[in-house]
Amino acid sequence: MARDTVAVDVPGAPAEPAAGVLRSALVRWDTALLVVLVAVVVIAGVLVEGFASGRNLQFLLLDVIAIALIALPLTLIVITGEIDLSVASTLGLCSAAMGQLWVAGLPLELIVVLVIGLGAVLGAVNAVFVTKFALPSLAVTIGTLAAYRGLAFVVLGDQAVADFPFRWTEAASGTVGDGAVPWAAVITAVLAIVFGVVLHATPFGRSLYAMGNNAEAATFAGIRVARAKFWLFVASGAVSGLAGVYWTLRFASARADNAAGLELAVVAAVLLGGVSIFGGRGTLLGVLLGVLLLGAVRNALQLADVAADTLNVVTGGLLIASVVVPNVITLTRALWRRRSRTA
Amino acid sequence: MSARLAAPAVPPAEADESRTRFVRKLWLAREFGIVVALGLLVLVTTLDNPAFLSPQSLRDLLLGAAILVVLAVGQTVVIISRNIDLSVGAVLGLVAFATGKLLSTAPGTPAVVAILAGVGLGAVCGVVNGVLVAAARVPALVITLGTLYAFRGIDHSWAQGQQINASDMPRSFLRLGTWTVLGIPVLAVIAVVVMAVVGFYLRSYRSGRELYAIGSEPAAARLSGIPVGRRVLTSFVLCGALAGLAGVLYAARFGTVDATVGTGIELQVVAAAVVGGVAIFGGSGSVYGAALGAVLLTTIGSSLAVLRINPFWQQAVVGGLILAAIGLDRLLAVRAANRLRGRSSHGA
Repeated sequence: MARDTVAVDVPGAPAEPAAGVLRSALVRWDTALLVVLVAVVVIAGVLVEGFASGRNLQFLLLDVIAIALIALPLTLIVITGEIDLSVASTLGLCSAAMGQLWVAGLPLELIVVLVIGLGAVLGAVNAVFVTKFALPSLAVTIGTLAAYRGLAFVVLGDQAVADFPFRWTEAASGTVGDGAVPWAAVITAVLAIVFGVVLHATPFGRSLYAMGNNAEAATFAGIRVARAKFWLFVASGAVSGLAGVYWTLRFASARADNAAGLELAVVAAVLLGGVSIFGGRGTLLGVLLGVLLLGAVRNALQLADVAADTLNVVTGGLLIASVVVPNVITLTRALWRRRSRTA
Repeated sequence: MSARLAAPAVPPAEADESRTRFVRKLWLAREFGIVVALGLLVLVTTLDNPAFLSPQSLRDLLLGAAILVVLAVGQTVVIISRNIDLSVGAVLGLVAFATGKLLSTAPGTPAVVAILAGVGLGAVCGVVNGVLVAAARVPALVITLGTLYAFRGIDHSWAQGQQINASDMPRSFLRLGTWTVLGIPVLAVIAVVVMAVVGFYLRSYRSGRELYAIGSEPAAARLSGIPVGRRVLTSFVLCGALAGLAGVLYAARFGTVDATVGTGIELQVVAAAVVGGVAIFGGSGSVYGAALGAVLLTTIGSSLAVLRINPFWQQAVVGGLILAAIGLDRLLAVRAANRLRGRSSHGA
């Protein structure tokens, strides 16, 4: 969050306690999200009929998997101070390619590998523009957002490929045993652990925070900033490709406009999860909680018969509150401190 | 690209003559690039089908571009101060629906009142964005992503799936969308006037110049006494008001409005500005470039249709154009920096 910017803006604030306050605030952010999530689940479980059923839990998880998957590499990218807005278009292009390859008669096992590879290549294209040509990733990925979505339409037109084998489409929403947890959620959780370990428990992960705080200083400290960012964009593309495979099978439909506009939902989840848009701050756990919180609120309100489109107010409100509230608290606290010092 | 800013910021009398000339050349180069691209596009299309340059087809082109130009001009003001407004599409949609609602419940409302009401509603949305960004000091990307959802949600819960048709609105208002002055659509005239006024303000007014200063280096701008918060707030209000105007124009032109109007247009608007040479991290660019970018994006659409190229290619071409534009900007910036460095090392 911009909390640190505010802290910097306050002249004369001692550095040491500020850092401590910041750290505890961050710990509290994840905890706060968890508390809100539990509260939402409990309240919805009591008030909304059908929310607390196993079947609904399955649907809730199935609905957030695509967002959760894409949010994993995006979290790392935003922590380095970059952004990738092309993720949903990558998903769409991969879905379109999957449909076209299936029509061409390739076996699905091979198609899945090819499509994830295609995602990695699309991510590499972003990476080349951002790291080799030193262009702002916001502008580059707005460009590829349009370009990849356009190519998806070139590949598949406005038709849909829907004759995927039932075995595969059923597996996409199938659960472990007779429980409510889908297989896809297990795969997502495994990937989340991998990304979490990389981010929080390796020198590489620590270096991402360093470059997000100050890319120049990180370079002088011997961190290979460009190389790290390159591979993050490749990972983002590959995971978006995987999300494309999931989306296509889950809805049993390969379409060029699959997941159009999903990039905004993913970015919203990442920011709600406490990752600073300026980089250098955030945890993967927070992001996952953010994804689940948004999913649970939407799911509960939908069950309570609130129209899906109206829910946008809730999504937007949550996102704004998540950044404004901590900032206003810090600002008023700083104002109080200054006033008490002069008094 | 901040070299472009240097021209008016340095008093002409003191400015190094050759340097000013170079800066001017650079300025010309950027807007000229789009004009040349646009000219080539029109030329190729016309060679294939001369009807592309017929008055009717040109009128359609101008009509199609007008709304995007108005939005791009507002967006430019915000981007120049190193912010971004992703909520313009939602504001356009909300205002378009509000206009339809106003005119269908009170058909006697004069068009001028409808326009003013729409601009006012847009400005209110801009105030919400601006206050949150300036007062709470939260990045504009986050805030306007949030208000994008919020405004769109309000639009949906108000409309409840309802659609307002042309037959519900007074004919005098709808005439605004098709009316021409000396063969030029009135919508295009409005867009050009908006562009000229805002362009003049950014170039010649103190507060306009201060937006460039804020975008180049917010901290330095604050230290040099520029009221950053107030200027940023103003830029968002202006952007919102213009998005509101665009919403009214949309209702007048298409006559049919529901709650999905303008969905996703924010990325087209940002694309138009970027293609037009407005740096995404602020401090440089002009509304003329952004407006030309908007015209270029619109023209590509109709050109592809005339050239019988699969219309599915349109979006891919637009994406490629954005990448080419920012690549070109980067190249120009590197060359400018090298030249300036070379000059200072010679001790000029």
